[in-house]
Amino acid sequence: MAFGVIKNVRKVFQLEEIGWTALEPIVALDDASFQFEEGELVALLGPSGCGKTTLLRIVGGLIAKSAGSVAIDGREITKPMGDYGFVFQTPSLMPWRNVLDNVLFPMEILRKNDAAARRHAHELLELVGLSGFLSARPHQLSGGMQQRVALCRALVHRPRLLLMDEPFGALDELTRMDMNDLLLRIRHETKASVLFVTHSISEAVYLSDKVVVFSKRPARVVKEMMIPLSYPRSQKVRFTSAFTTAERIASEALGVVAPAAEEASVQ
Amino acid sequence: MRSRFVSQFLYPLAGVVLIVAVWALACWLVNIPTVVLPSPDRVLRSLIIRGDLLLSEGWITLKETLYGFLLALAVGLPLAVAVANSRPLNLMFYPLLIALQSVPKVALAPMILVWLGTGLESKLAIVWLVAFFPIIVDTAAGLRATPKELLELAHSLNASPLQVFLKVQLPAALPFVVTGAKVAITLAVIGAVIGEFVGSSEGLGFLLLSATSQLDTPLAFAALFALSVLGIFVYALVGMGERMMSSWLPPALARQ
Repeated sequence: MAFGVIKNVRKVFQLEEIGWTALEPIVALDDASFQFEEGELVALLGPSGCGKTTLLRIVGGLIAKSAGSVAIDGREITKPMGDYGFVFQTPSLMPWRNVLDNVLFPMEILRKNDAAARRHAHELLELVGLSGFLSARPHQLSGGMQQRVALCRALVHRPRLLLMDEPFGALDELTRMDMNDLLLRIRHETKASVLFVTHSISEAVYLSDKVVVFSKRPARVVKEMMIPLSYPRSQKVRFTSAFTTAERIASEALGVVAPAAEEASVQ
Repeated sequence: MRSRFVSQFLYPLAGVVLIVAVWALACWLVNIPTVVLPSPDRVLRSLIIRGDLLLSEGWITLKETLYGFLLALAVGLPLAVAVANSRPLNLMFYPLLIALQSVPKVALAPMILVWLGTGLESKLAIVWLVAFFPIIVDTAAGLRATPKELLELAHSLNASPLQVFLKVQLPAALPFVVTGAKVAITLAVIGAVIGEFVGSSEGLGFLLLSATSQLDTPLAFAALFALSVLGIFVYALVGMGERMMSSWLPPALARQ
């Protein structure tokens, strides 16, 4: 059986969960199913607000699903498992803690903040090139650096699964490319399984073993595609035909461009 | 450094000197009766001659202010936590709290005096009443303004409610608590004076009242001056507390 099995997941937000304004329950997710293997990096690609973030939170056990099943490594997810890493769209660091203590926050919560944990935190910060900023405060760092700290925080407790919610969406393109390469390097070092929510087609293709394409809300899986590019990848790969083909297939699945066959018939 | 000294010390001082000069000049030129507006030198004389009295009465007002303020903190913080963390409690009491905040607390002072007498208790109750609201409202707002992501992060690690509170909510709310405390401490001074006005036989408020009734306006002005110094002093105390926590507070607040 696959490491992660997401089957027929449906999520309906009831009125009291969102406030007074909505008149009808909102169907955020409608019958989402896909699978992934341990160690895979899977991108969840879809238009903004399509419910992929909701799916990520369901996989993380943070919110309950309305129907369907989510099993990671054979365990059905109904509540947080405590051994997942989260990276959010904003760095969400604690302004009152320095960089090292921010990274060690999960270890404090898990009551494992020992010498080994500190060593690991140092290693991770070294890996992302921030070993010179251990006692800096978040506001002294750039947005990209903050997000690297957040990445270390998500990895410090050696999570079984890393859940990333558009983590680089707020960064400029060059920083984003750097972060993509950094994520691939970290993934290579830690062998982490990653679910990565994004609405960038090229980011999804560049990073992933597999891209799961979602429709507009209510989200359903419209396409699952393996990316036939070998690791390690570098930015050069963006200019290969395999890359642009994958981008094209994903764009077609999203409805951004018309399928190749239709286009041919129009001409 | 020098320009800072000039801008932060010399200019304010010049402002004060100018106003006192205009005041003295007005008294001298227009010949205003001392009962209406005593000249600065008379107020100064009163300050020096009655210094002992001002200090002893000031000490009483200071105690009322600080004890009442601490009482407001001691009650306000746990209540804010309860209101912010429990949806039913919030729904039940938060609107009531806001409504109560708009009640003029001064109007309650006579009743509190009837209930608690003219001693320290009634002053503490009035100070508590005026200082309590900014503390609970700001603290509750701060606790609820905790970034959602940080709460989700803590929950994803199966943090206990106590861990969430101590490691996430409380530090995130601390700047709000400090803001509330700053408002509360200035209100506390006002509360203490109101208490003394309404019924008391000691304190700066009482001194002010009895001085005016005896037409000793220079003493009333001296008491007023002492009250201002007291207000600045207690505000500075809270400011000191804030600076002690500055490594803890987010930079935007710590820099102020």
